[in-house]
Amino acid sequence: MTCLELRRCKTTIFGFVLAIFSLLSGSPAFADEIQVAVAANFAAPMQKIAADFEKETGHKVQLAFGATGKFYAQIQNGAPFEVLLAADDTTPEKLEKEGLGVANSRFTYAIGKLVLWSTKAGYVDDKGEVLKRGDFKHLAIANPKLAPYGQAAVETLTALGLLATAQPKFVQGENIAQTHQFIATGNAELGFVALSQVMKDGRITEGSAWIVPSNLHDPIRQDAILLATGKGKAAPAALLKYLAGDKARAVIKSFGYDF
Amino acid sequence: MLTSDELQALWLTVRLAAVVTTILLLIGTPIAWWLARTRCRWKGPIAAIVALPLVLPPSVLGFYLLLVMGPHGPIGQLTEALGLGRLPFTFWGLVVASVFYSLPFMVQPLQTAFESIGERPLEVAATLRASPLDAFFTVAVPLALPGFLTASVLTFAHTVGEFGVVLMIGGNLPGVTRVASVQIYDHVEAFEYASAHRLSAVMLVFAFLVLLALYAWRPGARKGA
Repeated sequence: MTCLELRRCKTTIFGFVLAIFSLLSGSPAFADEIQVAVAANFAAPMQKIAADFEKETGHKVQLAFGATGKFYAQIQNGAPFEVLLAADDTTPEKLEKEGLGVANSRFTYAIGKLVLWSTKAGYVDDKGEVLKRGDFKHLAIANPKLAPYGQAAVETLTALGLLATAQPKFVQGENIAQTHQFIATGNAELGFVALSQVMKDGRITEGSAWIVPSNLHDPIRQDAILLATGKGKAAPAALLKYLAGDKARAVIKSFGYDF
Repeated sequence: MLTSDELQALWLTVRLAAVVTTILLLIGTPIAWWLARTRCRWKGPIAAIVALPLVLPPSVLGFYLLLVMGPHGPIGQLTEALGLGRLPFTFWGLVVASVFYSLPFMVQPLQTAFESIGERPLEVAATLRASPLDAFFTVAVPLALPGFLTASVLTFAHTVGEFGVVLMIGGNLPGVTRVASVQIYDHVEAFEYASAHRLSAVMLVFAFLVLLALYAWRPGARKGA
């Protein structure tokens, strides 16, 4: 393309840019829409809780699911989340110290439970002996560096004295949802996921599982925090209050969490 | 400067890109040749399939590959029947995924190169009693050499820059599937920004040099790939 042609193009480009801008401005944020970042393991219960909350209060809840570490980096860099439901208790604490979270808004909304799970019925026994047999090629865990459930899985294997034999078989999900996906598609025979991912209404939905006794790893305290962007707003505070209430807790419990 | 983990990730990335480029040269050349010369009514659909990875999100490709290469998928059952085991979480799994993902970057520049040769040189070769295969290697390939270069460089670079598909089917195994882009992602998520910076800088410089070489090599070229 010559320079002359380029000049002729300018009007077209200008029109194009205008069109893009009009697309961008076409999606305004609603005033009392609450932006919530939710740890991947809490996706299913939170969808239910948010739906109930919306029905009761008329507020709109926007949920984003992902790894807690990723949310932390995004919040540090100005992400518009107003509430964070983390998969751990250290991230909310850090955010509060850094002034990105509102002081004294933190609380533990759930204590996570780790489960060894396979889609094959009868494969995982209720004592986790399958880990000692070792007749599998891939053991899926969440990246222990990034995900609390991955760290708990490593602690569990360490406590059982099986870390060295299991480690070569690790396949790592970036977060607990991807770890679940590796197992659910059958690519990994079994793996450590959050109980909430394989439990509904108090029972395991598919395959076989061993709920890891909580003395084998540090408790997975999942804390919620009100973020600086949500400070002083009624809707995010109402959501956090609802989350700590009996109705939400019943839902959280039905997915296998403790308090 | 770089840790051994990071060097391992970079080396793995280079190895993956080299293997994928070699395989795609072998697969992509006949496809590009056929697309450049055929009048068959399947040309449109085949060209569209080749170009699909350009517009498909990597998550779509990664998701389908995870299913297709898994124990219940056709490729997964085939590789298991052949005694090769399953492909996800292996280096060769990444190779297969990358071959799909980088296919248009090999085929399209080659196709353009073959098309620009035209009928004439090959007709001349035929009148000189060159067999079609002979004409291909002695006439078409030398004439399309810049196209081969562009296609190989783009394929290599694109495979180096791959991320989403690898993340979805790789399982993040050091030395096996943890390529540089995934390693960077890990560093960022673990707040290891210094490490992320180092590795990212390497990637940035690499990408720039590759493209610089590509454009400087062919100053007369009006169109890129």
